[in-house]
Amino acid sequence: MEKRVTFRGWLLPLMLIAPQVVVSAVFFFYPAGQAIWQSLFIADPFGLSSQFVGFGNFEFLLSDKFYLASFATTAIFSILVTLCSMIPALFLAVMADRLIKGSGVYRTMLIWPYAVAPAIAGVLWLFMFNTRVGLVSWYLGNLGYDWNHVLNGGEAMGLVVVASAWGRISYNFLFFFAALQAVPRSVIEAAAIDGARFWRRFWTIVLPLLSPTTFFLLVVNVVYSFFETFGVIHTITSGGPQQSTTVLVYKVFSDGFVGQDLGSSSAQSVILLIIVGLLTVVQFKFVEKRVHY
Amino acid sequence: MKKSLIGALAVSTMLSPVAAIAQTEVQFWHAFTGRLGELVKAQVEEFNAGQSDYVVVESHKGNYSETLNAGIAAFRAGEQPHILMVFEVGTATMMAAKGAIRPVYEVMAESGAAFDQDAYIGAVKGYYTSTDGDMLSLPFNSSTPVLWVNRDAMAAAGVDPDTDLSTWQNVGATLDALKAGGEECPLVTAWQSWIHLENFSAYHDVPFASKDNGFAGLDTELMLNGEAQVAHLTAMGQWAKDGKFIYTGRRNEGGANFRAGDCALFTESSAGYAGIKAEAKFDFDVRPLPYWEGVGNAPQNTIIGGASLWVMEGHEADEYKGAGEFLSFLSSSDVQAAWHQNTGYLPITAEAGDATRAAGFYEENPGTDVAVIQMTAKQPTANSKGLRLGSFDQIRGIIDEELEGIWSGDKSAQEAMDSAKERGDALLRRFETANR
Repeated sequence: MEKRVTFRGWLLPLMLIAPQVVVSAVFFFYPAGQAIWQSLFIADPFGLSSQFVGFGNFEFLLSDKFYLASFATTAIFSILVTLCSMIPALFLAVMADRLIKGSGVYRTMLIWPYAVAPAIAGVLWLFMFNTRVGLVSWYLGNLGYDWNHVLNGGEAMGLVVVASAWGRISYNFLFFFAALQAVPRSVIEAAAIDGARFWRRFWTIVLPLLSPTTFFLLVVNVVYSFFETFGVIHTITSGGPQQSTTVLVYKVFSDGFVGQDLGSSSAQSVILLIIVGLLTVVQFKFVEKRVHY
Repeated sequence: MKKSLIGALAVSTMLSPVAAIAQTEVQFWHAFTGRLGELVKAQVEEFNAGQSDYVVVESHKGNYSETLNAGIAAFRAGEQPHILMVFEVGTATMMAAKGAIRPVYEVMAESGAAFDQDAYIGAVKGYYTSTDGDMLSLPFNSSTPVLWVNRDAMAAAGVDPDTDLSTWQNVGATLDALKAGGEECPLVTAWQSWIHLENFSAYHDVPFASKDNGFAGLDTELMLNGEAQVAHLTAMGQWAKDGKFIYTGRRNEGGANFRAGDCALFTESSAGYAGIKAEAKFDFDVRPLPYWEGVGNAPQNTIIGGASLWVMEGHEADEYKGAGEFLSFLSSSDVQAAWHQNTGYLPITAEAGDATRAAGFYEENPGTDVAVIQMTAKQPTANSKGLRLGSFDQIRGIIDEELEGIWSGDKSAQEAMDSAKERGDALLRRFETANR
């Protein structure tokens, strides 16, 4: 029989959840509602006149082959960012967990990049790979590789992925490291006594025990790569060359804040909202089944 | 803020105890930092010190796009400035926003400030006047593209630095010679759409868009996939393929290459003068932008880039009077001549240009008048008056993407420009709907 604490009356519970409800209402429901409303109009930037177009903005978007291509770009970008930020983080966490001396120093230093704002991270990476003065592109040139992300779409994608994933490695590292510390030593010792080597123990014991953290990070990182990466893309490629790094959220930003096209920008936000909602549902329905709590 | 206001009050009362009583404040939002920001600040201070009825308060609101955004957001919140700086690309957006802006000719007429539309240089003024010839915003900083030549790099590659580079035919031959002479970066450009399409079209007197480049109506369509433009881009694409034209990015990234002495030829705004003069450790020339001999009516005149000042609606009558006085001050001959000489931007009145010439500035700084001559040599035609296209910032983005397709060899010039037309026209139709 599990214990339950119950509240008498409605007032106290309502008051307790009120702050969260207010924050969600002001910063999520109100703007989301506005976006849905605005997505039905084509308006001039000054708000002087607007034409009701029903689903016209959605029709305009979905018949634009460049917008549709941007879905594929976003999928590739998100998968790469998620993989590139989680796998190195897990590796670093496992290594840091094995350290006996100086793990505090490593830990602190590995967390640093998270404090760098995305736009600044973008500029840093751009500087290293600058086609004229970049250190890395210079070394690549010496090795006989002609780095030119200004015209080469693949290289541009690689660069924005690395720049976006870099800061996230720290964030993911923090969670993996904490989760590793929570793995019971007794289980690992028992396996060790049974003769299981490090990697064997890692695959059969540690990784399954990390699955709740991994799942959480998967959701969070996908959401990150969908919504928070436009700063990096804006500073490094502005979506180019051609459209090779124009992900959905960057188009929302540039149509809304550069092009002043609020109708199209709102419609794109609504589409993005639906996609991420669906994606999260899928993740909880299918991926979570494989998670052991 | 409060402190500085009190400070300013204290200072102005000390200077002129009588006049400081009822000064009308005029807000001026602009996009300039660094040296240009200092020069704007100095202009404002000079105006404030020169009279006692009005105080102009200048604030920097970020780059061009951010300043326009700030103005729009402020208008929606009912807190717009009196004067807003808007880059030339935002002109159609502002013109369509009747009810948000007050045309400059009206402001001037009401304020009673000295204002003669004919004093302004036609090619500058044309960009900002209505089809009836009324000036809607005041041109502030205007520049036009020219060809910059690194004389040392030419000589090092065994090419005569004084070679005639007035036509693209000659430039093409020179690029071959430079490449053969071991030059790794014969030609580089800034602002590719502005120089190699918008100005290219005006310079050859071919349309960039229908309806007089959008001046005659919102139902305009792009015509940048015409024969002349495609031929030019095909040649550029071939040069890119042969390593004679080096693409460095959508904005003015190429400026760093040129100023460092890495490149021989550079197509860039005349306003690049200050930076090149300060940094270049080599002999350089300013030459007119090249044209294709025998194409269109080249050389017609080039068009401008830069920004103009818009007066916004929703303020008091005496504040508009102050705004009018300030704009009149800005276009006075002395202020303009100093601005032109300090920045490399064009003088906006013929008088300011004459004053600069009379002062011997062009002899001391050879090449600084190339842009002025190039813009004013001929009367602008319907194709060379300027561009007035809605959503043009976004359309430039599309053009940039398509041009990258040509430079990388993914697309032919014709395919790329056909696609740019199709995508750009869709945005023009949306703009038309929004402003119906």
